[in-house]
Amino acid sequence: MTTTISRDAGPTAGPRTDPATDAIGVDAPAFADPPTLGRRNVLAVRGGSGRARRTGLVVLRSSLAFVAFFALWELAPRLGWVDPVFLPPLSTVLATFGGLVADGTLAEQVGTSLVRAVSGFAIAVSFAIPAGVLIGWNDRAAQYLSPFLEVLRNTAALALLPVFILVLGIGETSKIAIVVYACSFPILLSTITGVRTVDPLLVRSARSLGLGRVALFTKVVLPAAVPTVFTGVRMAATASILVLIAAEMVGAKAGLGFYITYTQFNFQIPEMYAGILTIALVGVAVNTLLVTVERRLSRWRTA
Amino acid sequence: MTLTAAAASATDVLAPDAGAPARLRFEHVRKEFTVRGDRRRAPSTLVAVDDLSLDVAAGELVTVVGPSGCGKSTLLDLVAGLSTPTSGRILVDGREVTGPGLDRGIVFQQYALLPWRSAQRNVELGLEARGLPAPERRRVAREKLELVGLAGFEDRYPHELSGGMKQRVAIARALAFDPEVLLMDEPFAALDAQTREQLQDELLRIWRATGKTIVFITHGIEEAVYLGQRVVVLSGRPGRVRTVIDVDLPRGDELAGTDLRTDPRFVAHRHTVWEALHAPAGTPERTGGAA
Repeated sequence: MTTTISRDAGPTAGPRTDPATDAIGVDAPAFADPPTLGRRNVLAVRGGSGRARRTGLVVLRSSLAFVAFFALWELAPRLGWVDPVFLPPLSTVLATFGGLVADGTLAEQVGTSLVRAVSGFAIAVSFAIPAGVLIGWNDRAAQYLSPFLEVLRNTAALALLPVFILVLGIGETSKIAIVVYACSFPILLSTITGVRTVDPLLVRSARSLGLGRVALFTKVVLPAAVPTVFTGVRMAATASILVLIAAEMVGAKAGLGFYITYTQFNFQIPEMYAGILTIALVGVAVNTLLVTVERRLSRWRTA
Repeated sequence: MTLTAAAASATDVLAPDAGAPARLRFEHVRKEFTVRGDRRRAPSTLVAVDDLSLDVAAGELVTVVGPSGCGKSTLLDLVAGLSTPTSGRILVDGREVTGPGLDRGIVFQQYALLPWRSAQRNVELGLEARGLPAPERRRVAREKLELVGLAGFEDRYPHELSGGMKQRVAIARALAFDPEVLLMDEPFAALDAQTREQLQDELLRIWRATGKTIVFITHGIEEAVYLGQRVVVLSGRPGRVRTVIDVDLPRGDELAGTDLRTDPRFVAHRHTVWEALHAPAGTPERTGGAA
């Protein structure tokens, strides 16, 4: 009988606080599961000041490239390496950016774009996940449809933009529709994969526990597929913004894509760069948000 | 306690006690697989298990050993009802096995725990399928986790447990709905030696506490002799019962403080099983298809 708790609660091990963290039992050697060894324990041994230094190093390493890039952006126009008219120094762009944030111009464009992206994304999620589940769970359907879906997915969504505009006009509908199209395939295909690649051992053991088809599906297959499905959802979110910006550049009266081409035509170059910066920020924000959600949904994974 | 390593041929050791009906009975079980052909080979039939007959009495702990590829795991799938025999029957308490059922609990080598569920919720899985109300499920799950020595670990997730602990959870899960037969497929093979010995003793304790009928598949001779009241030795492909060896060793309290594995009787049994395993084997049987 083992009542010992193996050492596992490193600083990142989660909300549990065990009083007996340091008791290593007879069972402990078996605890050498690869994911729990390594970093966590190393950190635990090093203690507080080491960890702070380590965090500092991480921040330093990851910001070095930014610093270099921004410095180059600032200096290149000032030193006359590039024409400041076409590439204004970073400080000028940031000042313009600040102004655009203050007068609400950027908020308006970001709002317009986000409404389109989010509606298209939401429509895609709400139909592609159930569709993927149905196809993935049904061997026959998967055999018939997978190759076709693979071809559709690899047809660049933007190549179809003219078709969408021809059929749906240049209003909101065609823009949301192309976002739906671009988002659907990553979600659909990853859902199919997720459902089809559930560990057969888990299915076998669940069946031996008397789970019927429905219970097997809701209690084993779906939860097991969540991480894979979510990878597709994240890819879709990235795709939604990408495709939307391009669609807005081609034909729109508002939105970030429109704003960038509009300012370019009107020779408001700092404004154009401010728009581009905004897109980068929106992209990072969306990705961060989704990574957070993903972590929550698959907290049981050791990572 | 006399030293009787009774090895007998499969045919006359069908039932240990002819009077009592067997809890688990194999009747001439045969399982074939079709091996898909390719450019060089025509499709062929692989016989994994052939004409296997065996009776396991209620409350008995039988271990099954055999060379790798002798169809041990096929056998387990058949008893579990996860696949059906090509011919022959498997009976649990006289009822033929036609699919998975709650009269048989299975413990797999790779634990097969749902990683997104805590230990407690993993044990509850089978009970949910049976439609037990939640408070009842929680009570049973706690009770079984306590039985396997995991009280206090209910809320741990599988990745927070050691291999030995994971296998304890799997045992608790298999026992949760009180199956008559517990099937174990090399459950301790993935554990380190110390944990394995610990769990072997745990299993014997659980077996004595619950009186379950246990079929324990292993590739370890020592493990087979240590755990089994009888050791069933299978021959190589196709799997057949080569011999059944009665193990007659001191158990339980008699054993306190001694190392059974060095006991001369244990060593003798071990050697008997070893000899049975290493007796000249029949050639692997592959009946050609359309070739």
